[in-house]
Amino acid sequence: MTPIVSIWPLAAILVSLLGALPILLANRQPNLRESWTILIALVKLTIVASLLPGVLAGNSYIFTIAQVIPGVPIELRVDALGMIFALVASCLWLFTSIYSIGYMRALSEHAQTRYYASFAVAISATLGVAFAGNLLTMYLFYEVLSLSTYPLVTHEQNAEARASGRKYLTYILGTSIGLALPAMLITYSVAGTLDFTTGGILAGKASPDLLALLVILFLFGFAKAGLMPFHGWLPAAMVAPTPVSSFLHGVAVVKAGVFAIFRIIFDILGPETLQSADLGSLITYIASVTILVASMVALTQDSMKRRLAYSTIGQLAYMVLGAGMLSATGMLGGVMHLAMHAFGKITLFFCAGAIYVATKKKNISQMDGLGRRMPITYFAFFLGSLSIIGMPPMGGFISKWSLLLGAVEGDQLILIIVLLISSFLNAAYFFPIVYRGFFVPAKEGEAEGISEAPLFCLVPLSLTALISLALFFYPDTLLKLARMALGL
Amino acid sequence: MKSNLHMYVMAAPLLTAFLVNAWGRSNRKIIAPMVLGALALSTLLAIIVLKQTLGSGSLSYTVGAWTPPWGIELLVDPLSALMLLLISAVSFIATFAAVPCVKRDLEDRQHIFFTLYLILIAGLMGLVLTADAFNLYVMLEITSITTYGLIALGRGRAPLSSFNYIIMGSVGASFYLLGVGYLYLLTGTLNLADIARYLPALQGSAAMATALAFILVGLWIKMAFFPLHGWLPRAYSDAPDGAGVLIAPLMTKVTIYLMVRLMLTFQSPEFLLMSMDVRTLVIWVAAIGIICASSLALAQRNLKQMLTYIIIAEVGYMVGGAWLANDQGLTGALLHIVNDALMTLCLFLAAVAISYRTGGLGFDRLKGLYRRMPWTMAFFTVGAFSMIGIPPTCGFFSKWYLLLGGIEAGQWEFVVALIFSSLVNAVLFFRIIELAYFSRPEEGASSEHLPLERQEAPWSMLTPLAVTAGLLIVVGLGTGPLVDNVIRLMIPVAF
Repeated sequence: MTPIVSIWPLAAILVSLLGALPILLANRQPNLRESWTILIALVKLTIVASLLPGVLAGNSYIFTIAQVIPGVPIELRVDALGMIFALVASCLWLFTSIYSIGYMRALSEHAQTRYYASFAVAISATLGVAFAGNLLTMYLFYEVLSLSTYPLVTHEQNAEARASGRKYLTYILGTSIGLALPAMLITYSVAGTLDFTTGGILAGKASPDLLALLVILFLFGFAKAGLMPFHGWLPAAMVAPTPVSSFLHGVAVVKAGVFAIFRIIFDILGPETLQSADLGSLITYIASVTILVASMVALTQDSMKRRLAYSTIGQLAYMVLGAGMLSATGMLGGVMHLAMHAFGKITLFFCAGAIYVATKKKNISQMDGLGRRMPITYFAFFLGSLSIIGMPPMGGFISKWSLLLGAVEGDQLILIIVLLISSFLNAAYFFPIVYRGFFVPAKEGEAEGISEAPLFCLVPLSLTALISLALFFYPDTLLKLARMALGL
Repeated sequence: MKSNLHMYVMAAPLLTAFLVNAWGRSNRKIIAPMVLGALALSTLLAIIVLKQTLGSGSLSYTVGAWTPPWGIELLVDPLSALMLLLISAVSFIATFAAVPCVKRDLEDRQHIFFTLYLILIAGLMGLVLTADAFNLYVMLEITSITTYGLIALGRGRAPLSSFNYIIMGSVGASFYLLGVGYLYLLTGTLNLADIARYLPALQGSAAMATALAFILVGLWIKMAFFPLHGWLPRAYSDAPDGAGVLIAPLMTKVTIYLMVRLMLTFQSPEFLLMSMDVRTLVIWVAAIGIICASSLALAQRNLKQMLTYIIIAEVGYMVGGAWLANDQGLTGALLHIVNDALMTLCLFLAAVAISYRTGGLGFDRLKGLYRRMPWTMAFFTVGAFSMIGIPPTCGFFSKWYLLLGGIEAGQWEFVVALIFSSLVNAVLFFRIIELAYFSRPEEGASSEHLPLERQEAPWSMLTPLAVTAGLLIVVGLGTGPLVDNVIRLMIPVAF
């Protein structure tokens, strides 16, 4: 890979950070404010996409922002793995921005300017995580992401939001300062660098015990990935407006956590180093427990968004599981699932929000017969859930198949069983929702006057569902990026 | 190199102090321009001095042309030039906020306040400039006595708090002086560089150890190092707002700088300053101090009092870092002196602005502040993040060096204490952010989203606050050059 010095990675991050200013200034002109948001999202997506051909050709783009610690500058580097995350995030931010207009206006939410401005900062931080060239830079943007999403999680500013906000910060900030920071310092003092290097930087430098300690500190330190027992913030954060839950707690924030763990396993600790210390199973077991428990808890949730949240926790653990298999197929499945799950899950959240906007209903038990009134929404929901369960013809099938192959190749019977049980559980908590919608008749008079949500909501959720479908047929670019990221 | 430029940095506030006292009595309007003018001049000169020292090494000036080791020498090297710039810049920025506060609180005593204020600043500059152990004592007392006076100008219990401080401060000063006396007996000189030359011959001497112990305890009292911190919380929180913004960021930090300076001067390959056991003991005390002060901060129900306990915890950071006595730890301690001064300035400026508008800093007064004073709170939040240690604010980077030093020295208790304190800081500041963000001043109306009346702080307070908050990020991103060009140069090979 030839590194090319380029200002574009920085531009991709700054465009939405600086874009927060015109959004704030357009406080009293909602149309202007939302136009800014869409414009910024478009510019951002264009910049990211313009870097794609170069990355596919094997280049990487670097830019050094500041020299801070000897050997560890604040540095951006666009490589294949970062590209996957950045593409997914900036593409979905555009859809979320459009969806937000429909959702926020339909519900006449307060403080919308703050909402759009915080969102812009959060997406900047997300791209920063994706494009970080070393662990310190990633940690920096990871923390900025935690803090910029706090006003979004607590948007309602009532007692419930306050309690959830507290929980959110306790988990996220507590683990990143208490676990990830010391782990990062120990890594630095052992390796003398924090650069992301294919194959890791700790080969031959750390004892198996130290490696095991680092694995545990890092896995739980990046609690945005929601590995149990540090998952409790995610269901609590569902108190946020639905676009926030969709984008941040379906894509950007949670995937920043998984992405961080990917970087740790692939580029800091190194798969081979972990393999030789026999630590793969430690990671896969932690992930397996989370997968099974989260899926079972999801079954018991009646609140739509909470069910989706537990489903997310389970699916995030799939990605960690894939990375923890340390085999080519397994890791590939993990990386692919990051993208596939994003499109599927955001569709589901968008649908949940559309149902709320149209009916003010939050609980699944009240949603009988809605499918006939809102056929597009429910069909999109059906497609999204197929993708998450991992059935063809949806994108989720490709990544889950790869994960399963990885488990078979590695002769890990337990993992095969976990994956199969979990897929069954996924179906068990999603299909009843679709079934109720289409086949259980609504109670007398309840469904009167209900129709589809505004177009601003409907179009984005249809598009994400269709992309999910398209990814099954055209996964090539994504696969190529994932292969390059793993050095295959 | 011989130069007298650094002399003027200190002379500007000192001479202006007398002019303020003489003319300010009759004409109050000229006080603020004079004070600000003098400090602006100091800041400019300090920048030039820093540039010169970076180019050509240290500058020396001998007062009255008496050559050292007998004469009084004012010496400035890159590190003390940095401190000089820090002191002049911080006091320059703080003065903008001090002026309106003093105008309101001490209407007819403004000239007295600013006389003491300027002498204090000159004294602090003297502390970093002088290369003479006895002169240090004189400067230490100048700063202390002016501080006693400034604090006593506050309302309510302030005279009592000041009196407490006088007793503790005088005990500290006596310890220091005794130590210097011993050193003089042993070496026959008061020039610091000269003393360092004689030290290797005195390795292992009990008298020597006693002298150093006396000096250290004296400094520890002055800097409020746990458990000698008892005087600080009341003294700082009862001080008039105008004095608090100057004293809180600078006093403890300059004293810590002195301690590090003495350690750097005295330590050499031939002379080991303190045995390993003593070092470990001091680091343990620092770690316990950090944990205790952080916990005590949790118990406070007033923003200013909470900040004073955070200052005490931060003193533990720096003392502990310095006594790790490795490259990383010392770098962290010195860097943290700069960073902590700026963070404390930022938070105190915000606190002063809040109390200027709301009339107090009890937690109940902070409700709904994000709506009433959005800009002040935005900058306060930046300061808070720096205290917690969120990159890219500067607080993160000095903490990084301190933690790394602790890990490399294997002093895990210090590492644990630092992490604990960061987490406690997160709790402390988010408690305030929650109050200001969620609660409303009126009872029972919390579910409605009516706009609250804007009561933003005046420009004279908001501008310095904005500048300081910006500095926190600029200094954070400039950590590399700062460490490479200034701080690392000063750490001798002995560490």
